[in-house]
Parts: sequence; C-alpha cells; structure tokens
Amino acid sequence: MPHLRDPIAHLDAAVKRYGQLTALDRVDLCLRPGELLALLGPNGAGKTTAIGLLLGLIRAEAGAVGLFGQDPQQIGARRRIGVMLQNAELPPTLQVGELLRLTASYYPAPRTLAETAELAGVADLLKRPYAKLSGGQQRRVQFALALCGRPELLFLDEPTVGMDVEARQKLWAAIRQLLAEGCAVLLTTHYLEEAEALADRVCVMSRGRVIHESTVDALRARVALKRIRCISSVDAGVVGGWPSVSDAEQRQGRLHVTTAEAEAVVRRLLDADPQLSELEVQRAGLAEAFTELTREAEHASPASQREVA
Amino acid sequence: METVVSIPLSRAGVPMSRRRVLGAYLAEMRSECLRYLRAPGFILPMTLFSTVFYLMFGVLLNHGEASRYLLASYGAFGIMGPGLFGFGVSLAIERDGGLLTLKRALPMPPGAYLLGKMVMAMIAATLVMVLLLLIGVALAHVVLSWGQVLAMLLTAMFGVLPFCALGMFVGTLLKGQGAPGLLNLVYLPMAFLSGLWLPLSMLPGALQRIAPIWPSYHLNQLTQAAVGLNDAPLLGHVLVLVAFAVGFLLLAARRLRRYG
Repeated sequence: MPHLRDPIAHLDAAVKRYGQLTALDRVDLCLRPGELLALLGPNGAGKTTAIGLLLGLIRAEAGAVGLFGQDPQQIGARRRIGVMLQNAELPPTLQVGELLRLTASYYPAPRTLAETAELAGVADLLKRPYAKLSGGQQRRVQFALALCGRPELLFLDEPTVGMDVEARQKLWAAIRQLLAEGCAVLLTTHYLEEAEALADRVCVMSRGRVIHESTVDALRARVALKRIRCISSVDAGVVGGWPSVSDAEQRQGRLHVTTAEAEAVVRRLLDADPQLSELEVQRAGLAEAFTELTREAEHASPASQREVA
Repeated sequence: METVVSIPLSRAGVPMSRRRVLGAYLAEMRSECLRYLRAPGFILPMTLFSTVFYLMFGVLLNHGEASRYLLASYGAFGIMGPGLFGFGVSLAIERDGGLLTLKRALPMPPGAYLLGKMVMAMIAATLVMVLLLLIGVALAHVVLSWGQVLAMLLTAMFGVLPFCALGMFVGTLLKGQGAPGLLNLVYLPMAFLSGLWLPLSMLPGALQRIAPIWPSYHLNQLTQAAVGLNDAPLLGHVLVLVAFAVGFLLLAARRLRRYG
C-alpha cells in the first residue's frame, strides 16, 4: 500500500509574517506515519509558528498546510492528533482525572483512563487538583492529555522543560512506546540529547527557514569536527595556533582541542609531548553540529534580513 | 454496512458518533461549572456584591414597596455580574495562560468552550437571584406570588446572556489580570446610570434621557415587571437585549478569530 507512506502532516512553501518580521519563509516540512521528527532551532527560529500552522491555530499567508490530507482547521483532522503545548495553564481546581476525562471526550475512540494514566505515569495523581502539582507533574499531566485520545500524530512542544532527569527518561520511554504503536511524533526541543535519543529525522530551523534536514547521524557527520582530550604539558595557546585546530584550551587539568583533522593533530601532540596520557578522541555531538549550522545561517543572514526590513 | 466493515480499518477510520459529540459538549459544561464552583474567590465577589447591597439598602434602610423596588433593581445588578465577570475575567485569563490556544488545537467541538461558560453564567445568575429572593421574602417581607418568583428566576437565567456577550467582548480586548479592573469600570457606572442603585427619577435629567442606551436599563424594566412594578409592554426591552447580545457576540467572535 504505497499511500501508507504519504505524509500525514506537511507544510509546502509556507509563509507567515508578523508585521515586518517573517516568522516562516517558504518552509517545507513533511511528516510520515510512525516517524519522529525533531524540530530544532534557537528561540525565534519559527518552530512554534510552524506548529501553529499545522494545528490550524494560525493561517499561512502563502503556501499549503495539510494535516491528514485536510485543512487543520477541520475538526476531523484534529481528532487524529494529540497536543502538548509549551505553556498551557489548565484549570487549577479540576482534578487530574477530570481533566483527562474531559479531553478524552473530544476523541472518537480514546484510551481508557487507566491506560492513559499508566502510559504517562500519572496514575498516582488522578485525584489531585491540578494546581497542587509540581511543575514536573503538571508537564506529565499535559503529556497524558496529549496521548489520551489515541492519536496517530502527537505534537510535543518542548515536552521535558522543567522535568528532572528521571522524569525525562520516563517520558522518553513513553514516547518510544507510542512510536512502537505506530504513532508519529513532531517534537520541538532545546535539548539536543532528546533529539539524539528519540528522533528518526531532525529538521534544523533558523530565522524562519529550514536550514538542514536529515537523520541525526547525517547531521552529526555534516560537521566533521572531533574533540581531543588528554593530559599534556603542551601549552593550549601553542596548540591553538596549529593548522586546522579551531579551538584549544586547558580545562580541569586537561587539554581540550577541537579540530577537523584529529589524526594529524594527535600525531603532532604525541611528537611534542612523549609524556602525553589519557588520550581520548570523540566525534562532536549534535550540539556542536547544531551550533555550527546555526552560526553559518547567522553569517549568511544579514542580506536576507535587509530584504525583509 | 458491510462495505464499512470490510475496509481494513485503521484508527483513522473511526468516526465520531453523534453521541460522543454530545458527550463532549456535556463534559465541557460540567468541567466549566465544577472548576468555578470550587473557586470561591471567583464566585463570592460576583454573588456578594448585590446581596450585601440589598441587605443594606433593601432590608436595613428601607421597607415595604421600596424593598420590592430594590429587589428588582439589585436583582438586575446581580444578574449582570456573573455574565460580565464569569465570561470576561476567565476569557482574559485563559487567553493569557494558553488554555484557549490548547483548546483550539484540540478537537473540542466548536462552541463547546463558550457554551460551557454560558451555562456556568446562567447557573450563577440564577443562584444570585435565589439568594436575593430569599433575603427579600424572609428578611424584607416582600410578598411575591409563585409566578413572580418564577418570572424573576427566568429573567436571571436568560437576562445574563447579553452581559455574557459584553463580558466576552471585554475579555478579547485585554489579557490576564487587567480584565477585572476594566470590567468594574463597565459594571459599576453602567449600573448607576441605569438607575439600579438610585431610582432614575433621582438622577439629573440628562442622565435619565440617555439611560435607555444601557442594556442594564432594559434588564431593570424586566425585573421590575417581574415583581409587579412595571405594566408597560416588555417586548421592546427584550428585543433591545437580544440585539445587544447578538451584536457583542459577533464583535467578540470576530476578534477571537482574528487575534486568538
């Protein structure tokens, strides 16, 4: 069945302006059944605007927006999605169970209350008024509301902000379980390790444009930088002057070098300091790749900014 | 039927039954009522304003026909509160806190949000009226027939709607905690200028002449008629209130659609 791979949500050359500011500049985005797409980018990159278009909260000025082949403002399309927004102050006096029952009532075939509570880890909170919960617990409840309708597509906008490490791990496990059930997820996040842990594909945005779209591995490979760590008496300032070294510093008794040519630099380091010990070489993480990408975009942007203004 | 069953149904095919849609409307109303009945800080100011005023002016300071007249005018005053504040304040806060955005993204049936608030305001206005009637009958010894009591309750239940529309419009003008202040600036002067605190005949002539531009003036004509103090035809007043409700509802809906 070829149609199974048809996109369930897409933006085609979508444009959205707020006054002088172009929040989205001909953005293409496409989400297929069962996959997790992570939308990355600094604040103001246009992630929330892109989600707002896909949810039908705002209208595109140009281009096309589709959700399950329909206009997202059609309630029929939205009955197949679950939503967790960045900030939503839910009614403080309602109990968690009441909130879940209310949200489940919007959907044709929701999960049972027990199933939702189990999956989101809120079973112990059902009788508690929302206002009495901690910030992390409130986020878990919001996640429970997002999945209670048995959605085929889940929008998670910065889901783990305010969660401790353990809660975050549990949420990741729940997301993996949903993915295993065939639910697709559109995730925006500031935590790159979150994208690394969960995403099939990443889409990096900057200043209203998609500047990179690929798998997590491809994104990391795009930036060829490697990190060298060792204990050495060679002066960091000297190493910093070597060819192809982009950064070198002494931190916590160790020499940290960032370079595109790890092999050559390691050879030179060993020559310069036979006593060198505890040598480690690592490929740069998503964080470095991401910083590099957005920096490129920043450098390239002044011209386009002037066009807008 | 067979064709429907034979399709290998993914969850995509599940339609929303009419019963579930109705259930969603009911769930929304229930939640809206529950959440505010549990928030005394929200309910009490709305109900206490008119009842305390009536206790002071209708029971302690006046007797007889004056108490009957004041029951009607503070009744109108009490009806306005839940509409203006119930709608205006909660809408302004929920626009600010992101709840309205979330509801718009969720597949909540259209209008369920506003319908829930409307039902809540109707219940609150009726409760205020029950309190005022109890005070009037038990403490101020106003004699009312059952028909008059019923007329007052119905006036409360439906008379709150134009003020819901006005409150909703104010709620779309500003976000967050600024709404109660602005609503009081609408509520209190309008009540005064419509003769709800002092009879219109005690106000300057110019104010008497412009009184009919306020919806609360027309509501007061209805409550006065309900207690038997106004024999003039009522249809005109009802039509003005309906027009007022529809007008502000359309204005507010337009602002909500444009600015969220």
